[in-house]
Amino acid sequence: MKDFEYAAVSTIDEAVSLLSARGPMATILAGGTDILVQLREGHRQAELVVDVKKIPELLEIDFQPDRGLRLGAAVPCYRIYEDAAVAAAYPGLVDAAQIIGGWQIQSRASVGGNLCNSSPAADSIPPLIAYDAACVIAGPERTRRVPVARFCTAPGKNVLRRGEFLVGLEFPPPQPRSGCRYQRFIPRNEMDIAVVGVASWVCLRPRENVIEAARIALAAVAPTPVLATEASDWLAGKPANAESFTQAGELAKRAARPISDIRGPAEYRTHLVGVLTKRTLSDAVQRALAP
Amino acid sequence: MATTPREEHTNRPMRVLGTRPVRHDGADKVTGRAIYGKDVQMANLAHGKILRSPHAHARIRSIDTSAAAKLPGVYACVTSADMPNLVDKMTELGEGTVNLAHLGANVLARGKVLYHGQAVAAVAAANADLAEEALELIKVDYEPLPPVTGVLDAMKDDAPLLHDDVFTNEMGKRANKPSNVARHIVFEQGNIERGLREAEVVIEREFRTATVHQGYIEPHVSTALWNADGHVTIWTATQGAFTARQQTAELLQIPISRVTVVPCEIGGGFGGKISVYLEPVAALLSRKCGRPIKMSMTRAEVFEGTGPTPGSFMRVKLGAAKDGKLTAAQAWLAYDAGAFPGGVIGPGCMCVFSCYDIPNARVDGFDVVLNKPKTAAYRAPGATHAAFACETVVDELAERLGIDPIELRLRNAAKEGTRRVDGEKYPRIGFVETLEAAKASEHYQSPLSGANRGRGVASGFWFNIGLKSSAAANVNPDGSVTLVEGSTDIGGTRTSVAMQLAETLGIAAEDVLPQVGDTDSVGYTDVTGGSRVTFATGLAAYQVGLDILAQLRERAASIWSCDPEKVTSESGVFRANGKSMTFKELAAKLHHTGGAVVGRATVDPQGATNGFGTHIVDVEVDRETGKVTILRYTAVQDTGKAVHPSYVEGQMQGGAVQGIGWALNEEYVFDAQGRMLNPTFLDYRMPTALDVPMIDTIIVEVPNPGHPYGVRGVGETPIVAPPAAIANAIYRAVGVRMRELPMSPPRVCAAILAK
Amino acid sequence: MNFIPRLRERLYVAKKLHVTTTVNGEPAEFLCEARHSLMDALRDTLGLTGTKEGCNNGNCGACTVLLNGVPVDSCLVLAVEAEGAEITTVEGIANLGHLHPLQQCFLEGAALQCGICTPGFLVAAKALLDRCARPSEQEIRFQLSGNLCRCTGYDKIVRAVQEAANRLQEVKR
Repeated sequence: MKDFEYAAVSTIDEAVSLLSARGPMATILAGGTDILVQLREGHRQAELVVDVKKIPELLEIDFQPDRGLRLGAAVPCYRIYEDAAVAAAYPGLVDAAQIIGGWQIQSRASVGGNLCNSSPAADSIPPLIAYDAACVIAGPERTRRVPVARFCTAPGKNVLRRGEFLVGLEFPPPQPRSGCRYQRFIPRNEMDIAVVGVASWVCLRPRENVIEAARIALAAVAPTPVLATEASDWLAGKPANAESFTQAGELAKRAARPISDIRGPAEYRTHLVGVLTKRTLSDAVQRALAP
Repeated sequence: MATTPREEHTNRPMRVLGTRPVRHDGADKVTGRAIYGKDVQMANLAHGKILRSPHAHARIRSIDTSAAAKLPGVYACVTSADMPNLVDKMTELGEGTVNLAHLGANVLARGKVLYHGQAVAAVAAANADLAEEALELIKVDYEPLPPVTGVLDAMKDDAPLLHDDVFTNEMGKRANKPSNVARHIVFEQGNIERGLREAEVVIEREFRTATVHQGYIEPHVSTALWNADGHVTIWTATQGAFTARQQTAELLQIPISRVTVVPCEIGGGFGGKISVYLEPVAALLSRKCGRPIKMSMTRAEVFEGTGPTPGSFMRVKLGAAKDGKLTAAQAWLAYDAGAFPGGVIGPGCMCVFSCYDIPNARVDGFDVVLNKPKTAAYRAPGATHAAFACETVVDELAERLGIDPIELRLRNAAKEGTRRVDGEKYPRIGFVETLEAAKASEHYQSPLSGANRGRGVASGFWFNIGLKSSAAANVNPDGSVTLVEGSTDIGGTRTSVAMQLAETLGIAAEDVLPQVGDTDSVGYTDVTGGSRVTFATGLAAYQVGLDILAQLRERAASIWSCDPEKVTSESGVFRANGKSMTFKELAAKLHHTGGAVVGRATVDPQGATNGFGTHIVDVEVDRETGKVTILRYTAVQDTGKAVHPSYVEGQMQGGAVQGIGWALNEEYVFDAQGRMLNPTFLDYRMPTALDVPMIDTIIVEVPNPGHPYGVRGVGETPIVAPPAAIANAIYRAVGVRMRELPMSPPRVCAAILAK
Repeated sequence: MNFIPRLRERLYVAKKLHVTTTVNGEPAEFLCEARHSLMDALRDTLGLTGTKEGCNNGNCGACTVLLNGVPVDSCLVLAVEAEGAEITTVEGIANLGHLHPLQQCFLEGAALQCGICTPGFLVAAKALLDRCARPSEQEIRFQLSGNLCRCTGYDKIVRAVQEAANRLQEVKR
């Protein structure tokens, strides 16, 4: 691959000004586990690599039970699951962080980077959507917020404009009697890209085994990760039982528009959406009921 | 000097064989000091890179390297025009004959490209990045042709023709028009029609397998220095330094005396590092620019540009009487050869029914060229495919007849004297013993409970060969012995060979210091492959030991002034007329009695050592996703005398896990243009540590009568049975018979849903 | 030994960066291009060839090193990122010529055949045992799933890690 310039910045402003000046020929470097592969294989070109791992905001994990979680965009996965408070409050996120690549990848790869890579099969994005997280985006004009559910626009593409980059993710505070589970299907037990990934978040009514609200997000079955709105909305008011989970799975399938590729045939992926939705809903409810 | 093997006592207690010493190269390997091919460094080293074909099938109209050659920092460019034209030259190489024109074209394409990724040109430059830049400046004018990548499609009369000089060889008769079918093999025994009529149950099934790669973790790498005196030295990752030397010399048409091959420590081979790919190109580049050239492949190049094992289509028919006695066996096997003829259909045909005594059999095998990389050996080449087919049908027969699967195999098991379909009669073999050990095993005896769980059994066979090995050893004054042998060490064989010399001499394994020599420092030795090293190079070490003992007895005789015939040597002690000396004591006196003692041997043992295995596997199948989890695995094998049991176990475990990957997830996925879509370890899915359980091993030792210590080959047999064993287990778990490899989750899921 | 370009040949020489770092407890410095990986710098510039290349895209773990104590695929770390960091390679696992229990257990347990994956496994396993005194078989398999081995089938590797864990605990008592 062609050589590039490397700049390690320590403030958001420095990064923004480099990105604004160089536009599409500049790329952010956090963990590097996607970017370096793409640069090496020629799927991406860059004349300037901007290393953001020294910017304090990008490395912060700030969790307050009443305010929620602010997660810096460059925080590597392993710091998420090694943080006991965050792991307890957002287990669905930890499900994903623990299975992105192997340990060596998790030492470097970040949820922010996984989101910005904007692969339809990204493991961390369904839990981000299920938790209704929001992106904090810094840019030349101002900092703006975009719900994760609207961040990806096409395979490998997102709403970031010239000069902008993701600095963090904001998660709402965990609600009582809520739970979230992310599961993906892969042919081996580790190291694979998701054939299908599903994150289910549920909130139960205070004293009933009835679902108050649910959010089901799917990966690898559409050009972007998607919120299965129909299935999610249908669950409101339904009993938290196997029948509901199965039916929700059938509805979730309708949100899937998968392709056939080396990771799986389309019909199989649609089938798996039903299976994983059912399973993750069941696990999410278990987590919601856990003391 | 040599004792006939049968004279040795295979039953006497061994002092070294059967123990588990730490391997002699261990410290280097766990500290990062061992020098593998990519670690080679030298002054003025330049780097080479290969330009590869973007088409699976095309004519090369022209190649223009002039722009690349002009790039500052580029030292040389080569194409096949820089190699001699070797039409119709065949040569005897290691495990078989090789067509040099085809080998040459596979190293650098001539006239046509026949697979996506085939090497077309190469450049040498100051560094690898510059070399890659230079590749982009090479202009190749291709005329694309339609590709064919399915074995049955390639056999059709109207299929795109790869070679106009390949004619079907049908049992020695050559057809008169060119074809993609290079060879049609027929083996026959008894009368197949009668055998089928005699059968009370006949089952016929069709099977397909996908192209699969050996998956060694170290990519190919070679460094060549063409020196000012016209001598070229090549440091390379190879399974056979002498084979690499011979192939390189033949391809460049220079005498082998001008080529030295130094085998580096090697990061896996499994058959895929026998043929040369980079060595001749690096040599050519070095000759052109006068610098040493290092060339290495990327992982994608390894997948696209080396030699995977074939995909296949197979039809197997078995007929049996009600008591389970097989009366007839028929197989129709079509294997990919890849882009050039000479694939592994031969061993496939020989192995398909090799576990059984069947009076009437017929095997038709086809070597088919098509637009995929030229296939190479992969651990028991051709046998795994054939066993997948045969062992699945055997399992179906067992079920249909209500006979236990191991019992059915016992009733038909090949034994000493059984004649295989290709005409070979087995000597003393241990297949029955492996079946009995499997049947009696704790695994087989323990019940398997739980939904969607099933247990499968399958057997496998590989010949294991002999071939030539040389060795020499010096006795040092402190009683240690330095051994130089010529078998590149891909799994610990320098230790198992050293142990056999130690056993012969009556000294400790730690007192033998084994070295793997290069082509200048040791006599001709055939490749490390065919499960031959512990057997054949071990036999050479044994004879080196006998030679040393004879010389030492002479020295003792001169010290004691007696007749050498009166001196005995037993377990490292020399005795005559009531006097005795240990090996160490005698060694200390060598300088005073004539100088160093050097032992030497060269061997070429004939005949196979025959390895049989029986595997048991418990699986659980997730009905909703089709994912298969291996719960428990036991590999039973007749290994002959297990020289170093830990490494014998390791071969069984490693082969079994390769077989598991082959069974469940590994495959080349090609697009319609014949390009591999998954040339990475991400999407070519080999098992990780999390995908397999512990692999239990049961070593059965039926001594090989052809070796003084009873040693058989071990390494290849364990990869043969796993796909069939797993398919049989899946059937018992969820009631579907899988007949296509890999048995990946979407396929298993579809089969379950279709039921 | 590196090739030093002669100025009069006017080669394309990308601007090199100077990196100061610590490798296996000792200060080290080197020049590199921005595009070079840490694996390239360790192997080709510092001559520490114990770290191996298997795939160069983070899928096999043969290039595993510790970067500030955490295991990473050095093929996916830029050489410049070593600036100010502490790196441990397989060459740094033994203590002044005495093998670490992990290395000893790998040898005694025949947990290597061709040995190309061994450096990566040793580094990852050391990181595991530094964090977890007695990992279970499943934990070992999970944490080491980023290291591919094609020769051993993993059985003896897992057992060697378990045995090393036992020995390290005994030393502590």
